[in-house]
Amino acid sequence: MRSGPVVDLIEYTSERLNKVDLLSGGEMLLRALHDEGVEIIFGYPGGAVLHIYDAIFNQDKVEHILVRHEQAATHAADGYARASGKPGVVLVTSGPGATNAITGIATAYMDSIPMVVISGQVERRFIGSDGFQETDMVGISRPIVKHSFMVQDPAEIPLIVKKAFHIATTGRPGPVVIDIPKDVTDPKDKLPYDYPKSINMRSYSVPAKGHTGQIKKAVDILLSAKRPMIFAGGGVIQGEGSALLTRLTKKLGYPITNTLMGLGAFPGTHKQCLGMLGMHGTYEANMAMHYSDVVLGIGVRFDDRVTNSDVSKFCPDAKILHVDIDPASISKTVTADVPIVGSVSSVLKEMLAQVEQSTTRRDKKSLAIWWKQIEHWRERDSLAIPESEGEIIKPQSVIQTLFEITRGDAYISSDVGQHQMFAAQHYPFAKPRRWINSGGLGTMGFGLPAAMGVQFAFPDAVSVCVTGEGSFQMNIQEFATCMQYKLPIKVICLNNRALGMVKQWQDMQYGGRYSHSTYADSLPDFAKLAEAYGHVGIRIEKKSQLKEKMQEAFELKDKLVFVDVLVDPEEHVYPMAIKGGAMKDMILSKTERT
Amino acid sequence: MRHLISVLLENEPGALSRVVGLFSQRNYNIESLTVAPTEDRSLSRLTLTTIGDDRKIEQITKHLNKLVDVVKLVDLTEGAHVERELMLIKVKASGAQRAEIKRTTDIFRGQIVDMTQNTYAIQLTGSSIKLDAYIAAIGGNIVLEVARSGVTGISRGEKILSL
Repeated sequence: MRSGPVVDLIEYTSERLNKVDLLSGGEMLLRALHDEGVEIIFGYPGGAVLHIYDAIFNQDKVEHILVRHEQAATHAADGYARASGKPGVVLVTSGPGATNAITGIATAYMDSIPMVVISGQVERRFIGSDGFQETDMVGISRPIVKHSFMVQDPAEIPLIVKKAFHIATTGRPGPVVIDIPKDVTDPKDKLPYDYPKSINMRSYSVPAKGHTGQIKKAVDILLSAKRPMIFAGGGVIQGEGSALLTRLTKKLGYPITNTLMGLGAFPGTHKQCLGMLGMHGTYEANMAMHYSDVVLGIGVRFDDRVTNSDVSKFCPDAKILHVDIDPASISKTVTADVPIVGSVSSVLKEMLAQVEQSTTRRDKKSLAIWWKQIEHWRERDSLAIPESEGEIIKPQSVIQTLFEITRGDAYISSDVGQHQMFAAQHYPFAKPRRWINSGGLGTMGFGLPAAMGVQFAFPDAVSVCVTGEGSFQMNIQEFATCMQYKLPIKVICLNNRALGMVKQWQDMQYGGRYSHSTYADSLPDFAKLAEAYGHVGIRIEKKSQLKEKMQEAFELKDKLVFVDVLVDPEEHVYPMAIKGGAMKDMILSKTERT
Repeated sequence: MRHLISVLLENEPGALSRVVGLFSQRNYNIESLTVAPTEDRSLSRLTLTTIGDDRKIEQITKHLNKLVDVVKLVDLTEGAHVERELMLIKVKASGAQRAEIKRTTDIFRGQIVDMTQNTYAIQLTGSSIKLDAYIAAIGGNIVLEVARSGVTGISRGEKILSL
């Protein structure tokens, strides 16, 4: 029996209690999320996370949104992050909960979206025993996360949460997984809680400012260019560089193109903007890229949807100036003549300052000729919507009508396929973070849950999901989540009764053999289905009804409205890059190519 | 070209799998790999040999550096360095062969570390080329078993890889 020291121990403990709270692992997790500034998490309960769900029940700081499938939880968190710039947070159980989250994690990874995914795990003593609902989440997710943690002890929770958010949100952002064995969150084990204020990791540093000398070199080349092109990607949006990019571009008076991920980085409605480039980019953007003598790539990764498949034919005359926060993105596919590693906003800021101070005279005569050439390409009007016969609705005109009704100011989440490309082409975004799409992974089923995330981030905003009848059926169960939380999302479905992009390729490359891309006789009545979930469904079949009925949908401000638009199933997305060609090589319509 | 890359890695569970996973995920080659804790128990030193042109090696080092568990790395083949591999090899050795094998082993500065009436177990260190040459010299047909450590290395001069 101990006698004397017990008194000291009690005093010591009570003194500590005044400073720190004793919490269980589950409670610590919630407290840490709150201390990190998290307001909302998207999840789905299950055995391994029940202690955590009980901790959720007993607090009111962090709101939990119950989805209907774990994949949707990740996409919703992703949409939330893309729209707000804050990290998305996901909570799923072990085994199938974790594996269901994988597609959403991969989606976020490919597009560099900050996300923290908390997955349950079987108790520590059962790990490796093929226990019920056990899967090696750290192992399965390893190639598609920025980093991952397995919590071995409840005392580690605050530090690991701190590290996870730090890693997810800094540098090139990305998803981080925290795998938590069930017994680590046991409510019986209480430990002192203390959330670290700052974090320093010897093995993780963030490249801050770009090299001044390199920036000077780039600015000199940029200012003496005869046929310059600015080419902005998702990194500008992620790195909060849009305002600076816009200032620099206007100051220089140069043409600019945005990638699919970069739409809105520079206002798509501005005359210097040539629209999107790449696979389905505009004629003028792709032609200008090909014939340019200087390309300034900012927050881009020279993805194969931009460069086309043969990189050796990419911008043959151009000096490449490449700004990115990720050194591994630079000279990965296209060799940079002037590489600049640094955060987009710090580099743009310094570029602007240098441009303002520079004495290098711009070649005004060459630039005038260049713009004249560009205007000539622009006159080709490569996005002109083909005339439709009778009451047939062209899918492009649906997007155009959507733009008019929302005055170009909605948040547009998209699924993947033809409708995604039509939306990217025909809805010019004036602001960053308005275009929410799975660019890198190309995940069908992304649209609706992403639009939910957007609506949670901005409850009063107009959150639209542009989808197709194929993609929509991949996460259709989220109709129920939208009802539970009364999310007034407007779903615009370009229904062509087929997997349109697959069918387009089969038309163009496989002699019109529609191998498993059609299902017209087995489609549900989407409007009725929406109504079955308690929403409003509208079906539009005639061109003459399009505007009026779409307007009607947007007037129902408090309701989710599913607008099922039966569009021309024969329509293809053009322009389209010719495989193996240069950027100037495009198919412009069913009968024309460059 | 063959490159020898040494990496200081957080001595954390799963750190090694991140390195190995990176190579398979991005279709890079690992020719050999050796890893053990350093004098600082919180760090492991991992040395690997890989083959690729300059562009590929640049990508490999950049991606390795991106791994959160990687603290520091050096491409030893960029400068003067010493590299060694350890081989334990068991060979058939009986009758007149025994003296011949012993002689060859001495020439290669190897040591016989275990023996039976019919076998020798031999320890040999040196460059990978030397170890290959030894196997060729004794003749592949008497080899029963080979255990090689993979290459490890250190730079010459005062350059060091540490925190």
